[in-house]
Formats: sequence, C-alpha cells, structure tokens
Amino acid sequence: MSYFVNEKGYYGDFGGAYIPEMLYPNVEELRQNYLKIIDDADFQKEFHQLLKDYVGRPSPLYLAKRLSKKYNANIFLKREDLNHTGAHKINNTIGQILLAERLGKKRIIAETGAGQHGVATATVCALRGLECVVYMGEIDIERQAPNVARMKMLGAKVVPATSGSKTLKDATNEAMRDWINNPVDTHYIIGSVVGPHPYPDMVAIFQSIISEETKKQLIEQTGNDQPDYVLACVGGGSNAMGMFYHFIDDENVKLIAVEAAGKGVDSGFSAATTTLGKEGVLHGSRSILMQTHDGQVVEPHSVSAGLDYPGIGPQHAHLFKTGRGKYVSITDDESLQAGLLLTQMEGIIPAIESAHALAYLEKMTFTGAENVVICLSGRGDKDMDTYMKYFGL
Amino acid sequence: MNRIKTLFKEKKDILSIYYTAGYPNLGDTVAIAEELERCGADLLEIGFPYSDPVADGPVIQASSKQALDNGMDLKLLFEQLKDLRKTVSIPVLLMGYVNPMLQFGVENFCKACAEVGVDGCIVPDLPMVEYEDLYAPIFEANGISNIFLVTPQTSPDRIRKIDGLSNGFIYLLSSSATTGQHLNVSEDTEAYFSRIEALKLNNPTIIGFGISSRETFDKACKYAKGAIVGSAFVKSLKADDLQLSIQSFMKTFRP
Repeated sequence: MSYFVNEKGYYGDFGGAYIPEMLYPNVEELRQNYLKIIDDADFQKEFHQLLKDYVGRPSPLYLAKRLSKKYNANIFLKREDLNHTGAHKINNTIGQILLAERLGKKRIIAETGAGQHGVATATVCALRGLECVVYMGEIDIERQAPNVARMKMLGAKVVPATSGSKTLKDATNEAMRDWINNPVDTHYIIGSVVGPHPYPDMVAIFQSIISEETKKQLIEQTGNDQPDYVLACVGGGSNAMGMFYHFIDDENVKLIAVEAAGKGVDSGFSAATTTLGKEGVLHGSRSILMQTHDGQVVEPHSVSAGLDYPGIGPQHAHLFKTGRGKYVSITDDESLQAGLLLTQMEGIIPAIESAHALAYLEKMTFTGAENVVICLSGRGDKDMDTYMKYFGL
Repeated sequence: MNRIKTLFKEKKDILSIYYTAGYPNLGDTVAIAEELERCGADLLEIGFPYSDPVADGPVIQASSKQALDNGMDLKLLFEQLKDLRKTVSIPVLLMGYVNPMLQFGVENFCKACAEVGVDGCIVPDLPMVEYEDLYAPIFEANGISNIFLVTPQTSPDRIRKIDGLSNGFIYLLSSSATTGQHLNVSEDTEAYFSRIEALKLNNPTIIGFGISSRETFDKACKYAKGAIVGSAFVKSLKADDLQLSIQSFMKTFRP
C-alpha cells in the first residue's frame, strides 16, 4: 500500500483539490511546477544552504537522560525548537519562499494559529524582500501577543480574522479569500499539510528534513535508524508529517500522532479530530474534520493555538484510516503538566503544542530497551503567559 | 424543454437574483422567491448556507451565519421547497459549498432537487474532475444542471471543457474576486468578455460578481445573456418588512 500522494492528488480516499474556479489557475500552476522546481539542483543547493546557515540545521537529536530514566526507555528529542524563529515551521517557509520566487510572485500571504508560522513567513519575506500579509484569528492575536509583535517588527501586515471562531480555521478562510482577490502576483504559503493538492505533499516534502536528519542521527547514536516509536503532536499535522515521513514505509516503526483533546474529548471543547470528526471537505481537501450532521464545521478548542484546528491533513487521515498511524489525544491539563515536567527535568521549556506529544509518554509502558523519538516542534517562549497563569508562577 | 433552456431561448437581459435560504428569518425562503418572481426576476439562486464560505465576501458570510443560527440545513430547505412549484414558475438553482452536499449525499441531493422542482445547482468548490468522474451521471439521471464558473484567468481549453460538461448556462465571473465587490469594467474586462463571446460556446453565459446597480447590470448585459445580483440584494433585505424591501430593490432593475 502507498501512504504517499498519487498522480491525482489523493492519499487513498483523501486529498484532492476542492477549490473554487478562482483559485484553480494558482493551484494548477503550483501542481504543474512544484516537483520540477523542488527537484532542481539549484533549488536544492539554495534550500539546504539556507537550512544550514540561516535556520541552524541539522537540529540536534538529544537523548533526554532524566526523562529516559523516568519512563524506562531511551527518549530522544528532535530539537526543532532550536531552529531560527523557534519552531519547525521555518523549514516549510524557506522552501515555499524559494518556490514563490521561482514562480515570479511578488506578494506573500499566510495564515497563522499560534503565530509560529506567521513569524516564520514574515521572517523569510524579510530575508528575501517580499511583501507579507499574515491572517490571524482575533482570539489568537490576543493570546499570542509576542508573536504578533515579532511579525510586525519583521515588516509583515497582520490582519485579524473576525469571522467564525476567530482562530486558525477562520484565518485560513481569510487567506484563501485574499488569494481569490489577488490571483496573479500572490503566493499563499500554507503552514501545514492541509489545503488543496499539491500543498499537503509540498509541505510534507519541506518538513521531511526532520525525519531525514533523525535517521542519520539515530544511526550515529544507536546504530539503528529505526526507532520503536515516533511521536508528534497534530493540529493540521506538519511537524508530525515531517517527523513521520521517512519512517512511513518502515512498518515496524510505530507512528503516534497526538491530537489536542482540549478540556476532554466529550466536553464540547476539544480539537481531537480523528475521535470527533467525520470524512468531508475542509479548506480544499477531502479529509477528516469536526462537523455537524449537516456538514457545518465545528469550532474546536485547545489551550494550544497551534492545535486549535478542526481538521487534519489528508495524508494523516489516510494514515489513520489504514491504521498505519495511531492517533491519540491529550487534554489541556495533561499537556501543561508535561510542559512543566520537561522544563524541570531537562531544562527545556517546550511549546504547549509539543508538550502534547510529551504528555503521551505517561500513557505508554516500556521495558527499558525501546528507542522513542519525540518531535519537540517548538519552544515555549510564546506560551509563557499561559504557563504562568496555569501554574501561578 | 427544461425551464433553464426555455428561459435562455426566450429572453435576453436575464435578471438572476441570489439570496440565502433561511435569511433574514428561517421561514422566508419561499416567500422571497414568490415576491422576486412577482417583481420580474427571471432566475433564482437560493444559497444553502455553509460555516466556511471561502468564495464569499462579508455580506454573504453574514447572511449564511444568520441562516445557520436560525436553524437552516439542507433537510429543512427541501421541506420548505416542497410546494415551491405551486407558486413559483421561473427556474430555480441551489448554490452552496460541497461539504454540506456531501454529508447530505450527492444522490439524495439530486433526487430531492428533482422532487421539489429545483432545476440545477452551483457548487463552487466541487472540482470539475470529481464532478466528471463521480457525479455527472447522478446529476444527469435526475435532470439537474450543474453550473460552472469561469474567471478571467480560466484558460480557453478549460472553458471549452467546461462548456462540454455544462447543461444550461455558464457563470462568468467579472473578475477573480470574492462576492460583493463592485464591477469595474476596464479594458481588460471588456477584452475578457469579448474573448468569451468569440469562443462561440454551446452554452449561454451570464455575468456575476460585482453587479450591484442598474448601471452595472446593463453593462453586463451587453456582453452576456444576463447578470446575477447577489450581495446587493441580500444587503437590502429587511427582516421586518420583507415584501416592501424586495419591491423597492427590484424597482431599479424592473421599473
């Protein structure tokens, strides 16, 4: 079975390009060119040079000794939090800005939830001198003020999305509307493995550097490039897809994707898409999404803005449906506790998104011999307000 | 001959009006259709609301949200339209996004349209290739026309393909834009409309997006068989005096 995209833009039952005609020329232009551009030697050279000298890659694979002792397994952290701008998001924005330049685009738009993708986009626009507009839910603007300030300082225009739940899904709607209204000179840098084909595939390719490096690092550190488990958090699912990518065909590596249960999957305040969702279409692709009987999208909840999304990427839907990946969920409380634990045992303050993946360790049992890789997708600086309020610091 | 074909054969300067089902009040859907026909509308597009209408501007986003808050869904809409053909004789299309239609079931949707006398539908985010591969036989078996959109950026080859799959008319977008903006007929727009005319398509065209006044309507009719008014009409609807608000809006177009 293939877990990757086919020539029609589908992963099994999921994917496709469900977009209005207004977006067709842009998406088609991308579809026809993305692999050609990415495979080009000049592109590869420039991409990898920037990842090395600008982003600071390879990011370390760190054996967390105290955590390993606590859980009775070898816990490795893939340190995407050490990337420039503090998260994995920059891997994708570097790739897409180079691609946008080669397509002759002059203006960049993006959506953002936690603000990490917005900052990563504003950063590469500053780097390359392109105009940048970032759509961000009004509620996220309030809870992620430091990232809003960073984007503004980087020269981006931050536009509040005031419709619906005023979070990531609505920011995505506004970005799509902008693209419809600016069909010629604008490239839309989608931040996750969602959206119409070829976005899920393109973003996964740019993020796949995470698992590519991890394999090499595992060989160096353990002599075996196949760990027993790979864990990552999933909102739309870009860090998880990057972390899984080169392990997907290694069927003995167990892939665990951790969704945000919010206040609990049955609380009515959750973002646990695979538990609560059904198959349908959201933001241009057929996937699994949280919706009413009538196909209206349900507003999600998570303490973590980056996981506060009612869908998952189509490749995740395929990994879930085929059973290749195990999809689980972690509550707000569990994730915050896991964030504190990592801080106090390893001296690393994780983003609350990444803390969801860490929290799942509590629910696993090990014999002491297992190698476990967790994608530490981002750092927690942006979440200090939430941590301080929750723990009364 | 079906109602859409007859209309395009017999009339020019066709005035098509879009409104959202269940807005301003949940029970207004059929009353608005009846009043619009009395006031001289030729074709109706009834929107079934969706929570995330990415192709729509603020006016239709707001009417869709209100309609959903009022309790509108497809099941209720088809119940409301049960006796549509007792009082409304002009062609009626349903317009909305693909996800509500998929959850209702495409076959159920087409059957329900045929039962109540809906002539066709416009689903902007249903891709042409999926329609062709999966759904065209279902639409055809039920006699439902699927109306496609064309923008200034649509290539001639693709327009030909759309023409081949269409059965009724083609919806020309005045520009690539979300709904509710003003139509500025620039030289580029004129060139685009002329380009479409020169293709001598099998299906007639009508122009939508940005038609808000008599002046823009008349301009659009120079290049196509008619035009669609959406946001401007929805904006003019008054919940407490529906009939009068429709009449005064329609007076500019059909004095």
